[in-house]
Amino acid sequence: MTTPARIGAIGRTALVHLTLGGYCLLVLGPILLVILNSFKTRAGIFDAPLALPTHDTLSVAGYARVLGDAAMGRMFLNSFVVTGLSLALILLLGAMAAWALTEYRFFGNRLLALFLAFGIMVPIRLGSVAILQEMVALDLVNTLTALVLVYIAQGLPLAVMILSEFVAQVPQELKDAARCDGVGEFRIFFQVVLPLIRPAVATVAVFTMVPIWNDLWFPLILAPSEQTQTVTLGVQQFVGQFATDWNAVLAALSLAVLPILVLYAVFSRQLIRGITAGAVK
Amino acid sequence: MKQKAGWPAIVFLAPALIVYTAFSAWPLLATLRLGLYATDDAGHVAFAGLANFHKLLFDEHWWGAFRNAMVNNVEFFAIHTLVQNPVALLLAALLSLRGVRGAPAYRTVLFLPTLLSVVIIGFAWQLILSPLWGVTEKLMGLVGLADHFGPWLGQEDTALPTIALISVWQFVGVPLMLIYAALIAIPEEVVEAAQVEGAGPWRIFWRIRLPLILPTLGLVNILTFVGNFNAFDLVYAVKGALAGPNFASDLLGTLFYRTFFGYQSEVGSATMGAALATLMFFVILAGVGLYFFVIQRRLQRVAG
Repeated sequence: MTTPARIGAIGRTALVHLTLGGYCLLVLGPILLVILNSFKTRAGIFDAPLALPTHDTLSVAGYARVLGDAAMGRMFLNSFVVTGLSLALILLLGAMAAWALTEYRFFGNRLLALFLAFGIMVPIRLGSVAILQEMVALDLVNTLTALVLVYIAQGLPLAVMILSEFVAQVPQELKDAARCDGVGEFRIFFQVVLPLIRPAVATVAVFTMVPIWNDLWFPLILAPSEQTQTVTLGVQQFVGQFATDWNAVLAALSLAVLPILVLYAVFSRQLIRGITAGAVK
Repeated sequence: MKQKAGWPAIVFLAPALIVYTAFSAWPLLATLRLGLYATDDAGHVAFAGLANFHKLLFDEHWWGAFRNAMVNNVEFFAIHTLVQNPVALLLAALLSLRGVRGAPAYRTVLFLPTLLSVVIIGFAWQLILSPLWGVTEKLMGLVGLADHFGPWLGQEDTALPTIALISVWQFVGVPLMLIYAALIAIPEEVVEAAQVEGAGPWRIFWRIRLPLILPTLGLVNILTFVGNFNAFDLVYAVKGALAGPNFASDLLGTLFYRTFFGYQSEVGSATMGAALATLMFFVILAGVGLYFFVIQRRLQRVAG
C-alpha cells in the first residue's frame, strides 16, 4: 500500500490543503479577531487580545454604547432603502433595456449598446464634480433619492450587458406563439421573458448590490447629513469620533459586518455559482 | 429575426437611457468641459482653455502633488499585479484540481472579504496593525519575528505598501473567482489527452491550462487597473483625506477629493477638481484602450 507513488500523492494532497487552509486562516483571522474582542472589556482587549472572552473579560459595553446611539438604526434603514430601491430599479430598467436592444431592430441600436457599455469601463466617480452640481440644481443634496439615481446609473451598464445575453436565449417560438395569439409586447416581456431570465437576474443582483451597500464615496459627497447617512459612511464617522473607545469601535465594526456575514452564510452557494456562471459566459 | 421597433421599444428603452445619460454620461462630459474653466478669487467661473492643465503639470506645487499621487498609484497597481494575481492564480489552480475535498468551503471563505466594506476592512486592519494593541507583534513573536514589527501604517516608506497589501487581502477573491471559472471551463478532454501523452500535472498546468486562461488574466489585470486608478475608500478610511504620513499614501482618488472639497486651509475648487478628473479619465482610457487593442488581441491569439 505504501508505495512511493502513494506517499507522494498523500504529500501532495497535504500540501494543497495546507496552502488553502493557511490562506483561509489569513482571511478569517482578522475578522474573527475583531468580533471576538468586541465582546470583551477594555482590559481583556489589551491584555489578552487572542483569548476568548472569559467570565472576567466578557462585556457588551461597546454594543450598549453603539446601540444607545439611536443613529445606528437609521443608518441601517437608509442603507436598506438605498440598496433595495437601487437594485430593484437597476434590474427592472436593465431588463427592459436589454430586451429592447436585443429584440427590436431600429436605427442606432448598436451605437446605443456601445454607449451603455462605455459605463462598464469608465468609473462614474470621475463625473462627481458635475453630479454634485446637478444634484444641487435639482435640490436633491442630502436625500436618498440622489444616491438611488446615481447608483442606478452606475449599475445599469453591466446589468444590461449580462441580461442581454440571457434575453437573446429566450426561444423564438415562445415569442412567436405569444404574438400569434395577439399578446401585446408588454405582456410578452413581463409574463414570458422576465420569468425566464430569473437566474440571470440573481447574478446581476449580486454584482450590483455589494458595491452599492459598501460605497463610501457618494454618501460622503451627496448625502453626508445625519438623516441620510448610510451604514458605511456612518461607521466611518463613528469610528473617527470614538477612535480611543476601543469597545465601541470594535462593536460598531462587528455590527457592520454581521448582516453581511449572515446573508453570505445563507446565500453563498447561489452567489458563487452565479459569479462563476457569469464569468464563464 | 428582430422585430421592427414601434413605440414599445421606446418605452422599454427610455427609462434606462434617461437615467444613465442624466447621471452618468452627461456628468462625465460636463466634468470634462468644466476642466477647461477656471474659478477666480471672487468665485466667478470663466473659460480658461488649458490653464488648469498647465497648472497641474507645470506649477511646482500642483505638479509635485500630482506626480506624487501618480507615482504612488503606479506602485499601488504594481503591488496588486505582482501579489494579488499570482496569489489568486495559485489558489484558483489548487481549488480547480480534481478531488480536492472541501473545495466549496474554501471557495466560500476566500471570497468573503470581497463582500465587506472597504471602510470596515480598513479599520479592522488599522487596529490589528496598531502598535498600541500589539496583536501583530504578539503573533510575530510566536514565530520569533517580533523584532521585525514596526508601525507600518505610520511610516512614510511602508504606509503605501501596507495599504496596498490590505487591499490585496480584501480583493483577491475577484481574480480568484474569475480565474477559477476559466479553469473549470477548460474541456476535460484537452487535459485527458495530455495525460495520455504522459504529461504530469505541473507540465499540464504550465503548457495547457495557463495558456488557455491568458485572456482571463488580461481581463483581471484591466479590472484591477481601473479599480486601482480610482481607488479612494481604503486610503480615506485608514489615513483620512490627507493620505499621510506626509502624503506618502496619496492616490489620484484622494488627491481628487482634496482638490474638489479642499482641506485644512486650502479651499476646494470644482474647476481644478474637474481638470484632475479629466486627467484621471485619460489615464484610465489609455489603459483600457491599450488593453483592448493590443494586449487582449495578442492574448487571444496565444490562447486560440
